[in-house]
Amino acid sequence: MSQVDWNNYACRDFYDELLAAPGKPRASADELCNMLAHFSAEELAERKTAAEIAIRTMGITFTVYSEGAMIDRAWPFDIVPRIIPANEWRKTEAGLKQRVQALNLFIDDLYHDQKVIKDKVLPAEVLAQSANFRPQCVGVNPPHGIWAHICGSDLVRGGDGTLYVLEDNLRIPSGVSYMLENRNVTKRVLPELFASGKILPVDDYVAQLYDMLAAMSPRPGDDPQVVVLTPGIYNSAYFEHAYLAQQMGVELVQGSDLLVDDDDVVYMRTVEGLRRVDVIYRRVDDEFLDPEAFNPHSMLGVPGLMRSWRAGKVALANAPGAGVADDKVVYAFVPDIIRYYLDQEPLLPNVPSYLCMFEDDRKYVLDHLDELVVKPANESGGYGMLIGPRSTKETRDEFARLIKANPRNYMAQPTLALSTTPTLANGLPQPRHVDLRPFILSGPETHVTTGGLTRVALVEGSLVVNSSQGGGSKDTWIVETDENAAGAAEQKGA
Amino acid sequence: MLSRVAENLYWMARYIERAEDTARLLSVNSHLMLDLPRHLPLGWAPLIEMTGTLEAFNASHTSFDERSVVHFLCADAQNGSSILSALASARENLRTTRDVVPREIWEEVNQLYLSVADHAENGVSPRRRDAFLKNVIRGCQTLTGLIEGTLSHGPARTFIKLGRQLERADMTTRIVDVRSASLLPQNPEELLPFENLQWMSVLKSLTAYQMYRQQVRLRVRGPDVLRFLLQDPHLPRSIACSLETLGHELQLLPRQDRVAATVSLVRADVVDADIQALAHSPSKLHAFVDELQIGFAAIHDTLSATYFVNADNVPRVTQRQSQSHSGDQDND
Repeated sequence: MSQVDWNNYACRDFYDELLAAPGKPRASADELCNMLAHFSAEELAERKTAAEIAIRTMGITFTVYSEGAMIDRAWPFDIVPRIIPANEWRKTEAGLKQRVQALNLFIDDLYHDQKVIKDKVLPAEVLAQSANFRPQCVGVNPPHGIWAHICGSDLVRGGDGTLYVLEDNLRIPSGVSYMLENRNVTKRVLPELFASGKILPVDDYVAQLYDMLAAMSPRPGDDPQVVVLTPGIYNSAYFEHAYLAQQMGVELVQGSDLLVDDDDVVYMRTVEGLRRVDVIYRRVDDEFLDPEAFNPHSMLGVPGLMRSWRAGKVALANAPGAGVADDKVVYAFVPDIIRYYLDQEPLLPNVPSYLCMFEDDRKYVLDHLDELVVKPANESGGYGMLIGPRSTKETRDEFARLIKANPRNYMAQPTLALSTTPTLANGLPQPRHVDLRPFILSGPETHVTTGGLTRVALVEGSLVVNSSQGGGSKDTWIVETDENAAGAAEQKGA
Repeated sequence: MLSRVAENLYWMARYIERAEDTARLLSVNSHLMLDLPRHLPLGWAPLIEMTGTLEAFNASHTSFDERSVVHFLCADAQNGSSILSALASARENLRTTRDVVPREIWEEVNQLYLSVADHAENGVSPRRRDAFLKNVIRGCQTLTGLIEGTLSHGPARTFIKLGRQLERADMTTRIVDVRSASLLPQNPEELLPFENLQWMSVLKSLTAYQMYRQQVRLRVRGPDVLRFLLQDPHLPRSIACSLETLGHELQLLPRQDRVAATVSLVRADVVDADIQALAHSPSKLHAFVDELQIGFAAIHDTLSATYFVNADNVPRVTQRQSQSHSGDQDND
């Protein structure tokens, strides 16, 4: 094995997060690249091993279903951080806040007057065919008028260096625990660079989450009982559910731990007796939340929960029905939604999208299946997608059939030249594609995580970053560069 | 504490105790068989009876030979009470509740299960059996030690201790029951051949032999052993002692009146038992053990009804009652 030589780093075809060109680190990544170049091959391997040991002893896992059994896998992690300059991040943060604010107004409108449809900003048929619109939620007024309290938006950087929003996850986005643990691991294995104090911390999240949840309590002034509701240990994100409950110091409950009484109040079963629950951070999908209101066969939910929520006796985060705005077809309308509700231009661009419900778009999509990425409206986790340039004739034919049968359910986007970032492969940094999932908390105040969860496709050339499908992750550093510092000083002086 | 969490911890403790007790039983029987002549009608069948698995055993086996019995009790995944199954169940119960105990406890349970799963098939052979069973016993004892030494005094610890004591009392009565059936003669003054050796094995399977020698200081004889195992207030595995600890632990829980009353009744039964009469009549002893088993089931049922499954029909608590916080605000 040889030492890192950035001149051999082959980042010519895509925008790279750390290097402007082979041998030329960006200002924000200068120190990191320098340090890595001074490591011997052994030292680099040692740091990698140290990270693996830390992950095992800290018990950072995710659950996969394999060979008929659920198993806990160690979290796949790459030690080379992904770096974003602080000045760029501040603009991104503003764009995310703007976006989530508009989305919350949009959801609230859909469940009340539907002005957005009357004013012809959103075609009525989009709503009519939305799988995630919940008639059970019409007319409900959740606290602060907010429906998507926790949003995880996926950002990708294209070949031109622009960050685009790829999708907004408004149902039960996961990954934030890994963002926090990635930082803990990185602090252990690369402590040297944290000494300079230029890397912004990430650990406010749990406190902000708790404060936001507590502020939703229907019994203000009291000490609110907040719980995290999990589908159970076989859920792939169980680690995160347990982690967040533990970090917030609240109970981790399953559906069977809760009941709704005749007074419409939610109680949890404890050894002391029944105790009232005020706020539920639920990590169970809408359809399984309440067998009385949704899927009657759900064993994961709590009968009567919707009744209690509608009566204002319990707060749910995210509110049921928030997923209506998390539809990949609705996504295409978000820029218009921002303009409509906020009378502002969107700060963050969408990826150009073709909606198969429109005849012209559909024709274009069907003619260019080999170039486009086709997505169903309501899947998550990267399932049910067609990646045109990597597809076979058979799968393209299959998708053509699916699109024609149900055009409203499909949208397509150009294949993006996703940015890369150095990632260890065979002991040396190699360019691998990444995305970024920041989390936005909306309550009385809005908070955006410092950076987010960077997911990386560990296989060369692959664009699939989902951990369930062979993706990994890395720490994300928002770094104050000297330029920023100088700029800030100037502003102060002015 | 959530009812589900309490129930899981209680069962986790019961399964750990079951694995340990089964390992002790097998270990002692293996040693005893080496000492006894072949014509004695003892063999391995009583172990199946003691563990209450006769039906399951008969479903898949035709003879009570050594290999079948040992394999069935150690490594058979179909037998819900085998060491392997008990540890698997302990692990599943702790998996969902591991956040309420220190991480080392989860790691130890996990590791114990994995090592037993790896070695159970080989561990059945006579040559490796001793080491295998010792490993199980030591693993369970390590867990008990970790729990004692690291888990805060609180509901988690209490429910673990309740499960452990009830399972222990249950296992002790089973051992007394089955062994006595073959050992108690109509005339207790008369010694059966090898009787002494067999009573010693009963004591040894409960690690009570040395304690017996120290406290009773008599030759090992049926009635004395029976009194020691049923009523001795100091021996950790005597039934009286287990019930005493149970009653003591219960005082730490809210709403414990009904369970505590049930425990008192069973305990009175044990303490007031006429050992001489029981020692003279195997059928009386058997009926008495049946009575105790029904008592243990009643303790479990009241525990379960109070704290686990039927927690719906219990009074609601305001936070004031159960959480010690200093705020002055009213809850309603």
